[in-house]
Amino acid sequence: MSEPSSTDKKVIPIAVAAPEAAPPESPTGAMIRTLGLVSAICGLIIVGAYQGTYDAVAANKRIATERAVFKVLPKAKSIAEFLAQPGGGILKVGAGETAIPAGSVKFFAAYDESGKLAGIAAEGVGKGYADNVRIMFGYQPDCQCVVGIGVVSMRETPGIGDKIITDKEFLANFTALDVKLKADLSALANEVKAVKRGSKTNAWQIDAIAGATITSRAVGKAINDSAQALLPRLVPKLDTLATKS
Amino acid sequence: MNTAHYKTWDEFTEGIWRQNPVFVMVLGMCPVLAVSVSAVNALSMGLATLFVLVCSCGLVSLLRRMVPKEVRIAVYIVIIATFVTAVDYAIQAISLALYDALGAFIQLIVVNCIILGRAEAHASKNPPLPAMLNAAGMGIGFAIGLFALGAVREVLGAGTLFGITLFGAGFQPWVIMVLPPGGFFVLGAWLLFFSWLERRKLRRAAPPMEAGQHV
Ligand SMILES: Cc1cc2nc3c(=O)[nH]c(=O)nc-3n(C[C@H](O)[C@H](O)[C@H](O)COP(=O)(O)O)c2cc1C
Repeated sequence: MSEPSSTDKKVIPIAVAAPEAAPPESPTGAMIRTLGLVSAICGLIIVGAYQGTYDAVAANKRIATERAVFKVLPKAKSIAEFLAQPGGGILKVGAGETAIPAGSVKFFAAYDESGKLAGIAAEGVGKGYADNVRIMFGYQPDCQCVVGIGVVSMRETPGIGDKIITDKEFLANFTALDVKLKADLSALANEVKAVKRGSKTNAWQIDAIAGATITSRAVGKAINDSAQALLPRLVPKLDTLATKS
Repeated sequence: MNTAHYKTWDEFTEGIWRQNPVFVMVLGMCPVLAVSVSAVNALSMGLATLFVLVCSCGLVSLLRRMVPKEVRIAVYIVIIATFVTAVDYAIQAISLALYDALGAFIQLIVVNCIILGRAEAHASKNPPLPAMLNAAGMGIGFAIGLFALGAVREVLGAGTLFGITLFGAGFQPWVIMVLPPGGFFVLGAWLLFFSWLERRKLRRAAPPMEAGQHV
């Protein structure tokens, strides 16, 4: 009880008004005005940056996708983006649309210079050693097989997991990897799967890289899951994609 | 006039050498260790941080007289976040591969303590030009620090520099250097090197000890 009077209501205003009190508070109005002004300036800068880079960013994204598709389907000269819808419909995606409706599977139809279908490309995801491994694979309707893969993104260990893009023997798995459908086109006839190096016996198996079995399995799972979701919807409609529209 | 010039110059070089954010102040270690796996990534991250530093310190300094002290941190963060967003778009426009490689660390420039520290300690008390110069020095110092790590890690861990192969086919890359532990090894080595330099300088500068002269 060093300051018995501090609870006395009459004393409080005097204490606040005392000259040795902390520096005066800024008026609320000034704070709001400053915050409003700063937010307005910052908003302008952000909108400016967004609009200034919009075209370049969109072009970059398109080029990156095209490059990834051309890599797995070397004969391709142009691509068109489609959605395979749950009911079995195929929907063309216009430029600039990025949202994928739930349940739909995105894929790319690639055409050669004469406008004939050169192959189908789609993305797949599998859980790797460090993080998801996203790959793009090329599908050839004639042989019903995967004819090439490329990595879209991964964070696998350099020198171990990232051999999936450099190891020639591993990539040889994807010259004609069998992804045939069952006779009724309802599902893949065989599960695509990575097996221990040297134990590949069937055309739908992937010889894993020794020491990077986990990453190899991720690639197998990515292809399997994506093909399983896409091909039963796509194959019955292939003739609608046969030439460039 | 001369002393004023000297002071400005001194404020500029402070961040590059005497108060280098990476090697002397050891600040902002999270992006330093995470993105310094290659020279390109490190340099890009350094330049992005430099841009954000200079722009935010410039704007903070311009607004310094009208920002009430109660809301100053909020104002600084909004300003920093704005320029980080601009850099984010710019990097996407320049290269998506680079954008993927830098990942979340671009957005995390917002919370880089070097930038908030400069805004609070320097830009809020100085006119725009010295504030931006000082920020530029810090940013360049940060970029140099990142590059020093990134280059060494790329050369040892991948045998390349800026993607160009340096050694013959017989070179077996020292992969650990591009993995997280490598970041600590190389940072430790650089810190050792700089403290050795510092000591040598002190030893040379100190006269053979007559009185309690040396500071
Ligand atoms: C630091 C470290 C990083 C590794 N990175 C990977 C990787 O990126 N991909 C992978 O498949 N395995 C990686 N491994 C190895 C796996 O733990 C596992 O041993 C290997 O995939 C098994 O392959 P194997 O059955 O052919 O021996 C890593 C191991 C260590 C210790």
